[in-house]
Amino acid sequence: MSFGPNPWQQLHWDERAAANFMLGGTGAGLLVAWAVSSTVTPDWQGYLLAGMACIALGLGAVWLEIGRKLRAIHVFFHPQTSWMTREAMVAVILFGFGIAALGSGLRALGIAAALVALGFVYCQGRILRASKGIPAWREPTVTAFIVTTGLAEGGGAFLAASALVGGTQLPGLAFFALAAVARVLAWSRYRARLEHGLSKRALDTLNPAGRILVQLGTIVPLVLLLAGLALPEFARTAGIFAGLAALSAGWYLKFMLVTRAAFNQGFALPKLPVRGSR
Amino acid sequence: MTRWAMIADLRRCVGCQTCTAACKHTNATPPEVQWRRVLDMEVGEYPEVQRVFVPVGCMHCADPPCMHVCPSTATKQRADGIVTIDYDLCIGCAYCAVACPYQARYKTDKPSFAYGDGPIQSEAARFDDGRIGVATKCTFCSDRVDAGLEKGLTPGIDPEASPACVNSCIAKALHFGDVEDPASNVSQLLAENQYFRMHEELGTDPGFYYLWDKKPEKAA
Repeated sequence: MSFGPNPWQQLHWDERAAANFMLGGTGAGLLVAWAVSSTVTPDWQGYLLAGMACIALGLGAVWLEIGRKLRAIHVFFHPQTSWMTREAMVAVILFGFGIAALGSGLRALGIAAALVALGFVYCQGRILRASKGIPAWREPTVTAFIVTTGLAEGGGAFLAASALVGGTQLPGLAFFALAAVARVLAWSRYRARLEHGLSKRALDTLNPAGRILVQLGTIVPLVLLLAGLALPEFARTAGIFAGLAALSAGWYLKFMLVTRAAFNQGFALPKLPVRGSR
Repeated sequence: MTRWAMIADLRRCVGCQTCTAACKHTNATPPEVQWRRVLDMEVGEYPEVQRVFVPVGCMHCADPPCMHVCPSTATKQRADGIVTIDYDLCIGCAYCAVACPYQARYKTDKPSFAYGDGPIQSEAARFDDGRIGVATKCTFCSDRVDAGLEKGLTPGIDPEASPACVNSCIAKALHFGDVEDPASNVSQLLAENQYFRMHEELGTDPGFYYLWDKKPEKAA
């Protein structure tokens, strides 16, 4: 294998790591979306269970990637500085509240799990930001993007699921719309900051995914929502497709960010050697 | 306080890769794992083209991002600045590998050998299962440094106490020593020459210096 001085795509984190960011963000967002709508959502246990299942599947995917699976418990050893440790600890608290909520039937415990889920998706954003070897990840505004896309994906999943089983109430619709707008704003800010300092190949990978996020993940869902409000007989179908569009666009971008646009910065020589006599 | 550091004189390096071979021989790293490697860089455009050989590896940063992100505390920093990995603690998550701006870390998920599926005699003798599925990187030959110090030797001066790559360098391009000691070999080189460190703007405070020219002589 030849390592040249130019940036190349990191190969340490693959689809399994990407799955953690995709499923973890969506699961956390789903919990938050449910919490926002909890007073008007009768069958809340299903959403709580689905959110936790997404997060668990994401963490399970990462577990498949680590080299020493039987030592996974060591992930808890470094809360002082490691966002990966903090993510794992927050996940334990989240599952604690969630399982207690399901076991006891107390909705308040579920809402506590949703609040902790916000911390979980924030940790995911900080995990990327702490990766100094990858310019597209270490950009500080990546955290806001990871958090908002998690909320938009979860909001989309909640919108689609609730539309499928009956109908989405106003809090769910409002949360989704706000999350989608916040996400596109966070993306724009993040993308603008990447303009200088990212390799052309990384930008060429991110740009099409960004266009999909704006068009399919933001404009299309919001238009569908408005159409659903204007045409009530169309609302259910619109909700399903709007939610899925926002979800899939977020997943696609995160997948590309982790597995295709994660170029390192290579090696750079600020000065060249001066050989011979002067 | 001691801080071990390495210097590569870019004017002297000829890209022979002897340091790479010496490192592999000393540390028994598998194929495609090069704790010390030398980049062959072509810079500029015809006719102004220059070829530069750049030894790279773990920079043993004073503020190592790999250590901060490590969830298992496997990556640590010694008082003398050497950044280490405890193979028994590492879970092989490779977070350190994506946090390192110098691409210095490797993870080998399954045994690999130079010739086919099975090890040759020397590989079999030195195979270490503890290094499979975990992060590995240059250690600055800390075992040689420590053993040498116990014998009263000076790392960077006495070959027995110096990293293998430094010992093997045919052009005296690589140097090792205590950068905190003003009288050390490396401090003298830094005082006499102009130097830079790789990706210094990231604030990692690398312990690997590149010499590129003499310091301009002061006007009388």
